[in-house]
Amino acid sequence: MIDLDFLQYDFMRNALAAGLAASVLCGVIGIYVILNKIVFISDGIAHAAFGGIGLGYFLGYDPLAFGIGSAVITALGIGMVSSRARISEDTAIGVFMATGMALGIMLLTLSQGYARDLYGYLFGNILAVTRSDVLLISALTLIILALVFLLYKEFLLLSFDPIYAEAIGLPVQSLRLLLLVMVAFSVVILIKIVGIIMVIALLTIPGAISRRHMLGLPAIMAGSILLGAIFVTIGLLISYELDVPSGATIILTAAAAFFLSTVLSR
Amino acid sequence: MTENIVSIKGLWICRALHAVLEDINLELVAGDFLGLIGPNGGGKSTLLKAMLGLIKPDRGSIALFGLPPVAARSRVGYMPQKTVFDQSFPVNVLDVVLMGRYSRTGLMHRYGPHDRIAAQNALASVGMEDRAMREIGALSGGEQQRVFVARSLVSDPKLLLLDEPTAGVDSAQQTDFYDLLCHLNRDQGLAIVLVSHDVTAISKYVSKIACLNQRLYYHDSKELSNEDIEKAYGCPVEMIAHGTPHRVLREHD
Repeated sequence: MIDLDFLQYDFMRNALAAGLAASVLCGVIGIYVILNKIVFISDGIAHAAFGGIGLGYFLGYDPLAFGIGSAVITALGIGMVSSRARISEDTAIGVFMATGMALGIMLLTLSQGYARDLYGYLFGNILAVTRSDVLLISALTLIILALVFLLYKEFLLLSFDPIYAEAIGLPVQSLRLLLLVMVAFSVVILIKIVGIIMVIALLTIPGAISRRHMLGLPAIMAGSILLGAIFVTIGLLISYELDVPSGATIILTAAAAFFLSTVLSR
Repeated sequence: MTENIVSIKGLWICRALHAVLEDINLELVAGDFLGLIGPNGGGKSTLLKAMLGLIKPDRGSIALFGLPPVAARSRVGYMPQKTVFDQSFPVNVLDVVLMGRYSRTGLMHRYGPHDRIAAQNALASVGMEDRAMREIGALSGGEQQRVFVARSLVSDPKLLLLDEPTAGVDSAQQTDFYDLLCHLNRDQGLAIVLVSHDVTAISKYVSKIACLNQRLYYHDSKELSNEDIEKAYGCPVEMIAHGTPHRVLREHD
């Protein structure tokens, strides 16, 4: 019934591999984003990354590397600001977010003739993922998984009760910055797949659904990874069959599942 | 046994050119149960933070067990003012209690079987052993509070610092809670510093009482003079003790 002939195409195989690796990343990091209530910060980082992507284009270097760079700088900037508390975190994010977008649009336009790429970064183009992108995404996923494995108890303590954590000697500030940097890497990877505008949906929806049905953090993460993989696969299939944009299809699949799960769990 | 658990000498802490704590001197030994009262903004939480090594003294010294506070962390149990957490946070009671083992386990090390046994024992000591596998959010406010006491006990501390632990708990649960503290204090010789704004409630349980408002009014006993209280609170005693005659407020002979 399901036509598997799409797998004979290289670009589809790459798209699926990148999507599955990203699901693993989203499943793990997305949960921490939800539990630490840094959804808005994550979204801000994604938008700020666009400034770096634009700069990469303008200078003729790898846009993704520049995107990662600017996302990490933004993550650290927001992390530092929120600890100083002179400017409120909300305000800082708003400023970073808008500045990043404006810079990105400006630089991409000045680089001329890249309107199609602009569209790809805003709304995602998983079908344009190359083999080297897949390797990069897989490597980053492995690094982040290793960090979460090593610092599992620290991140649990940080997410649950940061005030107590600090009092008993946990390096709260460093861990928070590390978490934001991991979010920055994840977000840039997701930009490739669903685009800046929709990053936050893929980062939060699988976790939000899984959290309702699973008990305990490891089970929630596993459920979230599985859901992410299902959304990406179904979204890709539908977009291939109907010839509609892949990023939007993946997000709509996830959103449909979210509403279904909300209605069913009432 | 004569070793001082807490030894604070001439402690000053300033913030933005204002003294928050001024020339604090305090010594506690094993088995002491100190109630620390005082008006809001009087520096109670600041003093606890200094004892936890989170704030550095501007002048004077703090030693816990003869060590700087940071080095003594594994011997100190702490329960913060109010544990505000997401009531649907996906973590069970045992894992919450295990968090208190961090000071003994250290960065990047996993909890081992002995940590789990310690967590079970800590839960048993607050009468919550049968709740170990429940989600923390499924417990009542009073039960959660007991779990947080267990978390502060799980590192096997010799000194317990509690910052307004009964905020948001009803009065029946408060009584239970204070009884539990008395029991830990008497049977295990645990030294306790209990910060509270509720003079009348705690004076029944503590063995010593001190009043803090920038300066510490303390006579190594359970008595404070009316004069002390009036100085610290800046208002007549009756406003604090609701006019009821009370041992804490007994006149000096």
